[in-house]
Parts: sequence; structure tokens; C-alpha cells
Amino acid sequence: METAHKRPNYILIWVYLAVLTAAELALAFELPISRNLKLLLLLFLAVWKAALVGLFFMHLKFERWNLRVMALIPLPLAVIFILAGMSEHIW
Amino acid sequence: MTHAAATVDQMRPPYPAERGLEVYNTKLGMWIFLASEVMFFAALIGAYIILRFGAPGEWAKPGIVLNIKITAFNTFLLICSSVSMVKAYASIQDGDQKKMRFWLLMTILGGATFVGIQIYEYIHLVEHGFTPSGVREGSELAALVANGTLPAATMGLYGSTFFTMTGFHGFHVTCGVISMTYLYLTKALPGKYTKQDYRGIETVGLYWHFVDLVWIILFTIVYLI
Repeated sequence: METAHKRPNYILIWVYLAVLTAAELALAFELPISRNLKLLLLLFLAVWKAALVGLFFMHLKFERWNLRVMALIPLPLAVIFILAGMSEHIW
Repeated sequence: MTHAAATVDQMRPPYPAERGLEVYNTKLGMWIFLASEVMFFAALIGAYIILRFGAPGEWAKPGIVLNIKITAFNTFLLICSSVSMVKAYASIQDGDQKKMRFWLLMTILGGATFVGIQIYEYIHLVEHGFTPSGVREGSELAALVANGTLPAATMGLYGSTFFTMTGFHGFHVTCGVISMTYLYLTKALPGKYTKQDYRGIETVGLYWHFVDLVWIILFTIVYLI
């Protein structure tokens, strides 16, 4: 079992994740900004962190394209599912 | 035929067999399982969003009922355990069994501590009156509902969604800890993982990172928003 890709710097990813978590906490409880902006920024940070885990720890960045497609297919389905449910209350 | 040779056969089937994704079966199976898990957690998170948007009133503000500090520590712990898991994977890729065993053990300890802290959090919450059905009468939190600090109308929804989402996640972490412990005792300790065959470490690693990834999302939407 050989890996063809260069190994990512896992400790650097860990530092990113720790800093982003600290940023989330500061944003949620310290920064006096509007609730909607806070919501958007917190979701952005959460997706950023999740992407770091998926791309580097789960090695999706280095997998073959067809495995990546298979792994990512449920994500748009999940978003459609959630938006469809939300539409009942928003639109 | 040696074990390593069998591994190579599984990974690269001989021509003219269907090459497919060119990954071994357990890894493909894990990715398919994780795809179904995305839909499972999407259902839980979707239900939470719908209930919160459609709730008859304000939702409790974060930090009043839940202990954010201890959960932030738990989040950091799970991130650390994800790093230790990937270090175990990198170690066995280099053929270093000793390091692999060390990092795998650290991951198991991190996961077990996460579950322990979550159980402590649940006990603490129930003691203060926060239950899956809402706020218990006569409790500390019931007093906050009575003086208007917490919204009476939505505490039931808050309790049921909180315990369902974090409970199912905790169950997944527990399953991960049990799986890793099994692999540690039956494969890692006897030295069955090698530079040529470390499928178990990679597969259980994918599951573990997914559990971490789900918690990153849950922590934000349940504890911070």
C-alpha cells in the first residue's frame, strides 16, 4: 500500500482547527455584531473546519476523483433536504 | 499466497476485471457507509433547523443552559484525537508499529475521555433540570423559566433536539472507541499491521474523522448559535 501524494502537515492542520475553534468561541460570545452576521460567520467557520478534516485527515484532497465524487454526492442531497424542510417556514 | 500478496490482489484486480474506484473493499464500504451517515445526520440537523425555525417563540440563548467551556474543551479533545488517529495512520505507512500503537492508544483515550465528559455533562444538565422533555418542575432551570430568562414555550423542543443530536453523536463516538479498542487488541498489539497492509487503521480512521467532522458542525449549531 503506497501513497503517491506528499503527506500533509497534520500538526499545521491541527493548529488551524484549534485557532478556528477559538475564533468561533470569540465570535459567538465576545464580538458585538448582528445576530445574522454572527450566524453566517459561525457557519462559514464550521464548514471551513469540516473541510479541513475531510480534505486532509480523510485525505479526500489526494483521492481519485471518482472516490471524491462518491464521498461528496450526499452533501448536496443533504442541503436540498434541509432547504426543502426550511422552505415550509421561510417561503 | 502471503497476506500482503492477497492485499495487493484485492486492491488491484487483474485485467480484465472491473477496476472500479481502485480502492479495497473495506475502504469503499466505509465510504458508502459514511455517505449514508451524512444523510442520517442531515435528517437530525434538518429536523433541528425546521423545529427551531418553526418554534412558537424564541430559542434559549447559548450559554444559559449548556456549559460551553467544558464542551469547547471536549471539541478540542476530539480534534486532538483526530490528529492522533492520522498520526497512527502515517506511522504505519512508514512501517513504525510502535508509534502506530502509541497514537492509536492516544486516540482511544481521547475518544473515551470525550464520552466520559459528555456523560458528566448529561448528569450535570439533568441535575439542574434540563431533560429530553424540557425543564423539570421545581428545578434550578424552572426558576429561570419562571423569571423569563429562559423561554417556556420552546424548552421542550430544545431539550429533545439537544439530547437526540448529541446523544446519537455520542453513540457514534462510543462505537468508534469500541472498534479502535478491538483493532488495537486484536491487530495492532500482535503486530498484524504492516507497511504493506494497514487497511484496518485507514478504515477506522475514516470513521473517526467523520465523527469529528460531524461534531464540528453540531458544536456550532447546538452550542454556539
